[in-house]
Amino acid sequence: MNFDKELDARGLNCPLPILRAKKALADVGSGQVLKILSTDPGSVKDFAAFAKQTGNELLSTAEAGGEFTFFMKKK
Amino acid sequence: MDTKKMAIIATKGTLDWAYPPFILASTAAALGYETQIFFTFYGLQLVRKDLSVLKVSPLGNPGMPMKMPFGPKWFKSINWNMPNAIQAIIPGYENVATALMKQTIANNGVATIPDLRELCQEAEVKFIACQMTVELFGFEHSDFIDGLEYGGAATFFEFAGETDICLFI
Repeated sequence: MNFDKELDARGLNCPLPILRAKKALADVGSGQVLKILSTDPGSVKDFAAFAKQTGNELLSTAEAGGEFTFFMKKK
Repeated sequence: MDTKKMAIIATKGTLDWAYPPFILASTAAALGYETQIFFTFYGLQLVRKDLSVLKVSPLGNPGMPMKMPFGPKWFKSINWNMPNAIQAIIPGYENVATALMKQTIANNGVATIPDLRELCQEAEVKFIACQMTVELFGFEHSDFIDGLEYGGAATFFEFAGETDICLFI
């Protein structure tokens, strides 16, 4: 998937992946896509909840070998 | 849509209990909540300039696992809890427990309290210190970080009365 910015939140634990994502989203324009890498298993539910509450769209969630990849489109 | 609001009363002054208010406030801010923390009684320790005052004590805290943050897996899984009476007579026990806790926090990619506090401030979480307890405990305003407001219960209610979420921690 195409993206405009990547955030490496691997090794970070709650609530840092969300806080870093919030910051990273501030650097991209409306409609642009942020790719997020995380190793925190809690971040799967957290990013879904974050998207729901902020109106940013979670385009996809994938897991491979304990690593999670999210694509989020800015509102 | 109206902006959601959250108010927290932070009353605990230990390293472990420093986490909930700062984690929830920084996350709320990231979710777009207007957030305020009212620091009172021992919670004032969380807004000191010097955060090295924050310690964690396993003494009288049966819920706290005492595990080593280093060594092979079998060693790390041992729980070193010991009777209160023994903990109480070992000099420096609290400092050792605090150092081990900080190492465990770092090992797990959990943010430090100074970092989380700074993230809250960057996200414009409003900090209010209870003026009554500042005086009661003999603190000076110079003991605390910049950007604090000082007020009392009525100040807290002014904001708390309009919140969607209000927590006492």
